Order: sequence, then C-alpha cells, then structure tokens
Amino acid sequence: MGRTGQAGGRVRGRRPAPFTTGRATLAAWLLTAATAGIPAIAEGQPPGPSDVILATTTSVQDSGLLDLLVPAFERATGYQLKPIAVGTGEALGLGRRGEADVLLVHAPAAEQAFLAQGYGATRRQIMHNDFVLVGPAADPAGARGSPSPGEALARIARAGAPFISRGDESGTHKLERTLWEQVRVIPRGRWYIEAGQGMGGVLRLADERDAYTLTDRGTYLALRQGLRLVVLVDGHASLVNPYSVITLSPARFPRVNHPGGQAFAAFLASAQAQAIIREFGRERFGQPLFVPDVIR
Amino acid sequence: MDLLWSGLLQAIRLLLAGDPEVLEITGLSLMVSGGATLVALLVGVPAGTGLALTRFPGRNLLITLVNTGMGLPPVVVGLFVTLLLWRSGPLGALRLLFTPGAMVLAQLLIAAPVVAGLTLAGIQGLHPQLRLQLLALGASPLQAVWVLLREARLALLAAVMAGFGAVISEVGAVMMVGGNIRGQTRVLTTATVLEARMGHFELAIALGVILLALSFGVNLILTALQQRR
Repeated sequence: MGRTGQAGGRVRGRRPAPFTTGRATLAAWLLTAATAGIPAIAEGQPPGPSDVILATTTSVQDSGLLDLLVPAFERATGYQLKPIAVGTGEALGLGRRGEADVLLVHAPAAEQAFLAQGYGATRRQIMHNDFVLVGPAADPAGARGSPSPGEALARIARAGAPFISRGDESGTHKLERTLWEQVRVIPRGRWYIEAGQGMGGVLRLADERDAYTLTDRGTYLALRQGLRLVVLVDGHASLVNPYSVITLSPARFPRVNHPGGQAFAAFLASAQAQAIIREFGRERFGQPLFVPDVIR
Repeated sequence: MDLLWSGLLQAIRLLLAGDPEVLEITGLSLMVSGGATLVALLVGVPAGTGLALTRFPGRNLLITLVNTGMGLPPVVVGLFVTLLLWRSGPLGALRLLFTPGAMVLAQLLIAAPVVAGLTLAGIQGLHPQLRLQLLALGASPLQAVWVLLREARLALLAAVMAGFGAVISEVGAVMMVGGNIRGQTRVLTTATVLEARMGHFELAIALGVILLALSFGVNLILTALQQRR
C-alpha cells in the first residue's frame, strides 16, 4: 500500500492544471474546426516564441527529474517548455532537422559529432550519473567481479545468458555497442534480445526474463522497488554517463526558438536547477540519482 | 490480482478526490477524441452518403480505399502527420506539432474512414426502392437524403461509436504528434504508457479504468440515442 500512497501523492502533488487558459482555446478550435474544416484547427493554438521544445531522453523523464525541472524553469523564465522524451538518437535527429529548440542528451561521441557537423551552437555538461550492469542475483554467466564492463559482456556472450539490449540508438544503446566493440564481440543469437523500448520497459523485461542488461543507475534506482535485478558491475570509468545540454546553431536553423533554448540551457546551469538535481531522489531512494556538474 | 484491485480502488479515489491532473488528462482525452469524432462525422457522413447514392467510374476503388482506411494503423497516421507538421514540413508554418490540434488532426484521419465506411454500409443496407419512392412522392433530392439518413440512424450512431472508440483508445498517433507533454498533450492512453514505464502500475491501471469508464459513459449516451423509439 506504500506504493499506492506514493504514486497517488505524486500525482496530487503536481502543479495545478494550466488548462484554465487552454479550455477557451480548445473550445475555440473545436468550434472553428467544426465549421471550417482542418486548417482552422491551427488558429486556436497561437504559435510563439514562448514555446520551447526540449528533445531529451526517456531516462530523464522515467526517473521523474523532468517533473521537477520543467515547472521550475517555467516559473523562473515564463517560457512554456515542451519536453519530448525519446532516445538520444532520436533527440539528436530532431535537433539535426531543427525540430527541437534545445537538447538534453547523453552520448558524448554522438554529441561531439553533432557539434562538429555544425548543427549545435553550444554544449555544456550539466550532470552525470553512471551506468551499471544489472542481472539476476544468481549471475549464471559469472559477470560479477569482471575486470571491466566489456569483459562482463563477453562472459555473458560466452555463457549465452539472455541479455536485453535497448536496440534503439539511445545513449545507453550506444554505450553498450562501444563495450561490445572493446571486447570484439558481435552480439548475435537467441540470447541477445533487442527490445526497442525505453529504459523502464527494458528493465522490466530483463526482470521478467532473468536477463542481464545495461542501465543508467538513476532509472534502476527509481524502479528498484519492483525489480529483482541486482547490480553486478559498476564503478568503472567507461560507465560514466554524462548528460549535456546542447543549443542549436542559429545560422543553420532560422526557425528554431534560440532565445528559449538558450534560456533553458542557462537555467540548467543555474544554482537553482543544480540544487534540484543534487537533491532529486535523496528522499525517495535514499541517494541522489544524478550528480550536478556545473555547481558541485 | 492485488495490483488490479488496488488500481481499481485508486481510480475511484482519484475520481472522487477530483485530482486536478487526472481530471485535466481525462478532459483533454474527451476533447481531442470527441473533437476528432465530430469533425470525422462532418466529413465522413457526407462522403459515405455520397458514395452510397452515386455511381461513377472508380467508385469501387474509392470504396476499397475507404474500407482500407477503416483499419489505418495509428502509428502510421502519426508518422505521416508528424512529417506534415514538422517545422521543415509542408504544414510546418502552422506550428501545430506537439499541440492538441495536431492530435485532433491525426485522430480525424483515423476516425473519418470508419465513419464514412459504416455510413456507406448503413445507407446501402436500406431498401433500394426507398429513395426512388421518396423522389416519386415529390421529395426534393435533399429531403430524400435526409429521410434516408434518418432511416439509417442505427448505422450512423454505430459509426459514431466505432469512430470514437477507434480514437479514444489509440496511443500510437497521439504519442507521436502530441509528444505526451504533461499539462499540454498528455491524454489517458499516453499517461498510462508513461506511468507503466515508470513502474507506477497502480496509477497506470487507475488511468486505464478511467479510460474504460469514459468510453462506457459516452457509449451509454450514444446507445440511448440509438435505441430510443
């Protein structure tokens, strides 16, 4: 029942519905749409530089951190933030087409390429946590105590023990592929399961199948109550998981809301946001889920 | 089973307590899907009636297209509408992506063929002599169509229910074009996906129960309209 109270309390504690203003517009576009057909739907939702589209990753949303950062940003700046939670690959893809105004992602190599190709204007590391290899406590592949995360994966492959991959070009998936390359293993076979889901879904799948998987520690901690999976390998340098905010190139993307994107990037580096990040999860999980990197 | 039960209890609790966020999400679901169904009726009923009462070359092909459209996969519609509404896309200037308007547009594309297809079947299911008789009795063509639509009332209301049912329950299109943004584009189906992903199963079940209750309530009203004498 503790879970019930927690989940319910979380919802009740959310900010009041901003629909007092939205209702009139909704009614308006329903009316105009009904009389004039599809194009009229557009008129009810005024475009404007007050909207900021943030493309970010499911790990930031699934852990619950966004639910604290978004209202704080909106109160501090007056912008309205639209966070779209996708994999890092898709988030960078949205950025590459100028469909988002600012990115918060975690795949350093891909981010550097993004900037080198001229899509991004600025990139700043905001926070980090780390990746951990989780799996069944029985550890049939003997991954525990491996000298490196790559070696642990190689042991899983040799044992043919089930491993769930995100398989979605997310930051987690990119790191996983780097680790496989380090030990020159091409993961293939019935034991290697490509889920194509967010981190929460993959953890649950791994738990159901007694499989191994790579996860960021934040999502694992946030979901730990419902999981039997245990941490088998962590604390290695190659498992650090840095999150950076990227603003887009004004020269390349004239239609992007640059002031809004820059405002969000500045907000994440502010003392207020860094304090939110530092405290997030301490109460609920007994330890913070992320470590702020701008103000330590 | 414990989880199912406590989810059900939580649904009742959330509704009774008038949780503002749940109410808002429920309201948005109703407005988006209701709005899409309404516009789908305005497009689908005339289209279905027209197809039922006219004969022209290519008619069978068009009907086949409508019938195929009755099973449009929401994710495909979502992808298509997303491409249209991108800032760099043909309708990008509308700035509709990630707004409720985009969700109505996507659901309209899902519901309209359902309404058109069932209207077509309903009108064609009437006695073929009825229209000729009406015209012979001196009804204007419009009056005749009006009477036919009234006669096909059962089928038309079934079309409304099927159209609404198709869109209130879909998650693929609204997730893609709406983005599941809290307080802006989050509806019951996408909220359920998110809460389940976050491990809040009771809340996910509660939202599912509310979705079912909403659907039941709407269909109760429509059925009352359909079955009244």
